[in-house]
Amino acid sequence: MGLKAIVTVTLKNGVLDPQGKAIHGALGNLGFEGVDDVRQGKIIELDLTGSNEDEARKSVEAMCEKLLANTVIENYRVELHSA
Amino acid sequence: MKTAIILFPGTNRERDMAVALERASGAKPAIVWHGETELPQGLDLIVLPGGFAHGDYLRCGAIAANASPIMPAVVNAAGRGVHVMGVCNGFQMLTEAGLLPGALMRNASLKFVCRDVHLHVAHNDSPFTRNYTPNEVIRVPVAHGDGNYFVDEQTLDALEAEARVLFRYCDDAGALTEDANPNGSQRNIAGIVNEAGNVMGMMPHPEDMVEHTFGGIGGLPLFEGLAKAA
Repeated sequence: MGLKAIVTVTLKNGVLDPQGKAIHGALGNLGFEGVDDVRQGKIIELDLTGSNEDEARKSVEAMCEKLLANTVIENYRVELHSA
Repeated sequence: MKTAIILFPGTNRERDMAVALERASGAKPAIVWHGETELPQGLDLIVLPGGFAHGDYLRCGAIAANASPIMPAVVNAAGRGVHVMGVCNGFQMLTEAGLLPGALMRNASLKFVCRDVHLHVAHNDSPFTRNYTPNEVIRVPVAHGDGNYFVDEQTLDALEAEARVLFRYCDDAGALTEDANPNGSQRNIAGIVNEAGNVMGMMPHPEDMVEHTFGGIGGLPLFEGLAKAA
């Protein structure tokens, strides 16, 4: 019984997101109203071997700090689910 | 001058870089595969060249900077004062490795930009600019999709106060205009050095302006200056 980690990486507030802007503009062109702002991020799914949640969280957070996110410009959030 | 150019899977500018370095210094650089864990002894300069290392997957330069086996040796050499230069993808790697502050984001236009630009050279009190004159305007090409330099305001002010911004995008008269900025970089920044002054990253390609047949020699003084410093 392993765990699945879902890492969500988003741009920090104040960091310009031209892709989000382009999506926002495109939604407007398609006639969708009521969108104040769009920010684009990414989701990384990891299938983990261990089943200890505390250890898994610690380990995935270390992966985020070292590689998965660039903390100069990005925030990350880790969710764990039973696989 | 003893130079090593690091070759990552997906790097494609190592040969242009080698030609420029040999033209300026007379010595052929060593090309070192990223899977090595040791650099040649007695290096004066390490170059991280342009390209698309590791396919630019995850973030440009991220996998090269954080997971390529050679990088700890590069970081170590930088700490010992060896000159390190990152161009384009190499600049992205230097920020990802934490050797330079900030990050290179997607171009504000969302378009890959491939054209000549003008650069304003701030001063020549650096091994990377010693063969230029202060406020000189040079012409070199850019070719990138992620060259939009971003860092917090406090660091920007510090970079400027410490004269660590070496190159800025400008028009042909040297004015730092918005139109002359190809990617949306804060304060038109094209190239910076670290606090110690021995690590430099820039998005444009000086190695592609070292012969008149290329259209100019605006990049040559950078390499000649490094050769002189060695």
